[in-house]
Amino acid sequence: MKRTGSQIIWETIINEGIDVVFGYPGGAIMPAYDALLDYTGHVHHVLVRHEENAALAADSYYRTTGKVGVCMATSGPGATNLVTGLANAMMDSSAIVAITGQVASHLVGSDAFQETDVTGITLPITKHNYLVTDLKELAQVLAEAFYVARSGRPGPVLVDICKDVQQKSIDYTPIKINKVRGYKALRKPIQQDLQTLIENAGKLIDTSKRPIILAGQGIKHAAAHEEFKVFVEESGIPVSTTLLGIGVLDEDHPQNLRMMGMHGEAYVNNAIANADLLIALGMRFDDRVTGNLKMYAKNAKVIHVDIDPAEIGKNVPADVGICASVRDVLPHLTETLADVQGVAKYKDWYAQINEWRGDTKAHDVLSFDLPANMLIAPQVMRIIWEETGGDITICTDVGQHQMFETQYFQHTRKNQLITSGGLGTMGFALPAAIGAKFGRPQDEVWAIAGDGGFQMSIPELQTVIQEGLNIKIAVVNNSFLGMVRQWQELMHDRRYSSVNMTAPDFVKLAEAYRMKGLRATTIQEAREAIRSARAHNGPVLIEFVVEQETNVFPMIQPGKALNDMTRREISLEKKYMPASMGGGMDELK
Amino acid sequence: MLIDRIEAQKNPIKHTLVALVENKPGVLNRVASLFRRRNFNIDSLSVGMTDDPTVSRMTIVVDASKTSASLVERNLYKCVDVLDVHDLTNVPSVIREMALIKVNIADTHKRSEVKQIADMYEARVVDVANDSLMLEITGTEDKIDAALKILSDYGIKEVVRTGRIAMARR
Ligand SMILES: Cc1ncc(C[n+]2csc(CCOP(=O)(O)OP(=O)(O)O)c2C)c(N)n1
Repeated sequence: MKRTGSQIIWETIINEGIDVVFGYPGGAIMPAYDALLDYTGHVHHVLVRHEENAALAADSYYRTTGKVGVCMATSGPGATNLVTGLANAMMDSSAIVAITGQVASHLVGSDAFQETDVTGITLPITKHNYLVTDLKELAQVLAEAFYVARSGRPGPVLVDICKDVQQKSIDYTPIKINKVRGYKALRKPIQQDLQTLIENAGKLIDTSKRPIILAGQGIKHAAAHEEFKVFVEESGIPVSTTLLGIGVLDEDHPQNLRMMGMHGEAYVNNAIANADLLIALGMRFDDRVTGNLKMYAKNAKVIHVDIDPAEIGKNVPADVGICASVRDVLPHLTETLADVQGVAKYKDWYAQINEWRGDTKAHDVLSFDLPANMLIAPQVMRIIWEETGGDITICTDVGQHQMFETQYFQHTRKNQLITSGGLGTMGFALPAAIGAKFGRPQDEVWAIAGDGGFQMSIPELQTVIQEGLNIKIAVVNNSFLGMVRQWQELMHDRRYSSVNMTAPDFVKLAEAYRMKGLRATTIQEAREAIRSARAHNGPVLIEFVVEQETNVFPMIQPGKALNDMTRREISLEKKYMPASMGGGMDELK
Repeated sequence: MLIDRIEAQKNPIKHTLVALVENKPGVLNRVASLFRRRNFNIDSLSVGMTDDPTVSRMTIVVDASKTSASLVERNLYKCVDVLDVHDLTNVPSVIREMALIKVNIADTHKRSEVKQIADMYEARVVDVANDSLMLEITGTEDKIDAALKILSDYGIKEVVRTGRIAMARR
């Protein structure tokens, strides 16, 4: 069959089973957009309002479906606008393919109009990238791009295609690829053969008295939830998850201690700090989960399973390092367990953890006696959880609300939380919700953002409208760049610098976009707003006006050890009382 | 325990890594970008063709007191264009570097002295000018360092070294 380069682009996408592409047209990608019209009904194009959001939506599409997310942009400014989204996908290992137009091949290198060295710019933030100047290579390169993006440790791949390559025709037969020379999706286990490694791991588990499983996103990528649960229950070992690991095991599971790290609960971090064995599965010991590495879990042996050989030993030395998919390792690990008495084996260890857990409630701001006429961000998260029964897909932005969500929303559905972890990209929530709604059209999808991050993605409200997406948007308005303000309060002596955020009237804004807008300033109003938003068949924006200076605790301050946490002062309860009762911020300064 | 950063510090030897890579534009850029991004300390990097026109060969010398060679190796594997990586450090292998050295000959009587030194190091005279001699020398870095040290007495005008290339014996 004769096909133009542009047709090959769309047919490759369709053959990959992908039915939606997020993008924005322009000069150098116009041939591809022209050809798109011939594939109506096979693939849907979502016109975003900024290319960064195309990449972020594609990322979220991957996270909600397991299918490669695709975004498309023109050369020059279109392609450079993708950068943050690509970096986000790189840090969080999301399989996306970005297709960018490039100036015609004879103009490459001449500083032609809207020419940028896109492969050069994106080299460190993609798993791999290609510049296609010759149509003969296009079909092979595109097929490779999808294969590389989704196999092994997933990641973003960019294909930059010259305009003339899109225009010319060539004989085309669809290519299926499961091998690229040099590239191996799976490396052999590094030290010895898998058998020996599993035996060594088994011995460490058998002799350990205080083990803990550190569960990361790798379990999601491997779709190994079942294998993981079997291992957890047969071993009886307690589990803590990373931020992106939330959703690999229900948070109401008795062995799930929940999230670790900078804003993990104190008992979780105490358990890790005092463990004698860490079983790290598909996680990478990011500094946000280890605190100061020099003081990290000093008495623990480490079993580290990761698909990426470069992660093993990178931050924390491994006694047993297994480079493999967790899915291939977990059944063997389960088999090698000498004991299958479950949690009973670690009675003392759980007793110790429960002792640490004892003071959690006292430090929990929701156990404070708060005035009825005020609203704090933790309450918003708790109420969204209660009102929805937890049965939703949530896309959070970056900042305090993101951490409150992890603390006050109990996640009991597989992969229900979509959030930007490694890059911490403000402006993620709304485009992510758009991608998630295409990935899971049957789901109730919520975007939860701060007033700062939301103001970075407001233009996408019109994408929501244009696509007729039923998305609920919660803007948690504390009139500050909350997380930065918190750091300034705690570490810069409350010298607030450029963190005051004014905002438009969000209700009117929603209305300007012909969307339902609601505002809540008390718990009661919050509940009502959520109920009426859910009852409304269409997109709704709710502004939650919350207390301005509620901090996220516990917190491991930078440079501190994992178990050297700043807790919420119980006396802080005063902060929320009217001055007549001895409360107010001034008291505490 | 795996080689890690701590291991790197107590392991102050130079590691020689050989990487076979796709002979495509931009591959050197990818490898160099990786080293820069990961803050790896590289002593030398030399690239050349192989018997297979689609494959080039890189010899990379890593200062293992600053950077774990194993970590470099494992990161190289992540480059899609890297076909294979070997650490030759503990493998019997031939290691060579070549240098061109232009030595000052202010006084023509010194010419034979320099020639004698060249002979000792199995260096060849490849060019002669009125006031200088150009030597070509091949060997390990140590040998070239030693030759340079002695020749420096005569005044060295210019030096170029290729960086290490290596091949396992078996
Ligand atoms: C694009 C981007 N710029 C800056 C930051 C740094 N940053 C992290 S959290 C934060 C404050 C977020 O404020 P807001 O969106 O209002 O959420 P809140 O913390 O108040 O919940 C900032 C500025 C970031 N993560 N991303």
